[in-house]
Amino acid sequence: MLNVNEVIETNRMIHEMNLDVRTITMGISLLDCVSESLEECCDNIYRKITSLARDLVKTGQEIELEYGIPIVNKRISVTPIALVGGRCCKKPEDFVRIARELDRCAHEVGVNFIGGYSALVNKGMTPADEMLIRSIPQALAGTERVCSSVNVGSTKTGINMDAVKLLGEIILETSKLTKDRDSIGNAKLVVFTNAPDDNPFMAGAFHGVTEADCVINVGVSGPGVVKRAIEKVKGQNFEVLCETIKKTAFKVTRVGQLVAREASRRLGVPFGIIDLSLAPTPAVGDSVGEILEEIGLEYAGAPGTTAALALLNDQVKKGGVMASSYVGGLSGAFIPVSEDQRMIDAVEAGALTLEKLEAMTCVCSVGLDMIAIPGDTKATTISGIIADEMALGMVNQKTTAVRIIPVIGKGVGDTVEFGGLLGHAPVMAVNSFDCSAFINRGGRIPAPIHSFKN
Amino acid sequence: MNELKKSIITVIGKDSVGIIAKVCTYLADNDINILDISQTITGGYFNMMMIVESAEVKKTFPDMASDLRDLGEQIGVVIQAQHEEIFQMMHRI
Repeated sequence: MLNVNEVIETNRMIHEMNLDVRTITMGISLLDCVSESLEECCDNIYRKITSLARDLVKTGQEIELEYGIPIVNKRISVTPIALVGGRCCKKPEDFVRIARELDRCAHEVGVNFIGGYSALVNKGMTPADEMLIRSIPQALAGTERVCSSVNVGSTKTGINMDAVKLLGEIILETSKLTKDRDSIGNAKLVVFTNAPDDNPFMAGAFHGVTEADCVINVGVSGPGVVKRAIEKVKGQNFEVLCETIKKTAFKVTRVGQLVAREASRRLGVPFGIIDLSLAPTPAVGDSVGEILEEIGLEYAGAPGTTAALALLNDQVKKGGVMASSYVGGLSGAFIPVSEDQRMIDAVEAGALTLEKLEAMTCVCSVGLDMIAIPGDTKATTISGIIADEMALGMVNQKTTAVRIIPVIGKGVGDTVEFGGLLGHAPVMAVNSFDCSAFINRGGRIPAPIHSFKN
Repeated sequence: MNELKKSIITVIGKDSVGIIAKVCTYLADNDINILDISQTITGGYFNMMMIVESAEVKKTFPDMASDLRDLGEQIGVVIQAQHEEIFQMMHRI
């Protein structure tokens, strides 16, 4: 039978260390909403989403109350819209119409984000893919809750450099259209390589075409719990440190597993996966940067950071895998800058640069995330940053991503305020040497060799 | 409350006379059976845990949880009711 100390431990994690379930995300296939007519397609989408997700928020709230565990977000991911709208959209504005429909659905069912305004173009772009990508600035500026992602590369296909070039321009355009709100549009746009089909985390969530009609995916979090656990093993060796992280990750993930199972049962929707992630928020005590400091670094970004992050990420997975029956999504420690107070502090102290962040993304989930850069950065430079990050993912057979925000009218040293979970960020310096001749070549980078691994 | 499902009630606060009595009275009035009680007092703070179950559905779980929360506010402690599973999941393989 349970003892009082176990009960106290669990409740302390929740009340004092910000343990929560970060998101319940319902993945919905919209493949059966395809129509010749744009209006009919939008009607089909509206009907399908609002009927399947009608009770999502309510069910999440019931679970929160009954188990006493906060579930921070309830969200929806849908089939990449380039596939759904390909039949009826004749121009980019037609895709924007679908974005508005998705936004309406999100408001109607009460979810805070809906992901899947996406295109998968890792090898080539169909006319619909290209139209969707070209519609992204307008779609993100004209909606509140729609999130967009584009997969431009994979280990098996290489990198579509035409798409990378185009996205450099699209990101700048999105910044311009949302410049009155610190270019926030780009906080809702992720460029991926090896994007997973079952990611529950925004802004990169979409419901892959190999998925069932409707599934429940759950993202767990808990950086605060890990940090407090390793405070107790200060100065001890790596074996003790790693065991501590692993056990803590197990406990955190078990809660996610319970929530996923309950949500799936109550909604009558199959359980997909648990995403084992350490997802920070701007709240104090909910930071991955703080864990790195507790491991022994003055700031995130100091020498040793990549190694510390590698062990953290690996132990989280080792503990989490045993705690859940199905694991998927991004699964790893997130290192967004604006959403993590200690990462912001590290940038402001001069300890953490874009280049170090890039190195860190080789060993963790998921990429250059929520990074503000000067608004006058050239489109080709943005494409160069994307290409570098995509190459890391392609060669290392992992998901990498870029969510970067050129802030119009701001430069290095300025701060931008996105608000809420998106936090605030100092504008970071970008290497200003030119890469336009590289980006302008066009075409694609071939898939890497899968042997001779060195 | 949900039949068959055990719940954990925790009471945390400054120690004072009659806390257990008041919580037990509420549970008895609502046909909720106490299976186990344990408590610790550290630094004048009272930590109590009860494992309870109900044979009959007299109150829904959210009603019971909110009644207990109100009762806690009246007597100056924090009372929380949660389904047992969250603790079982975390501490038992």
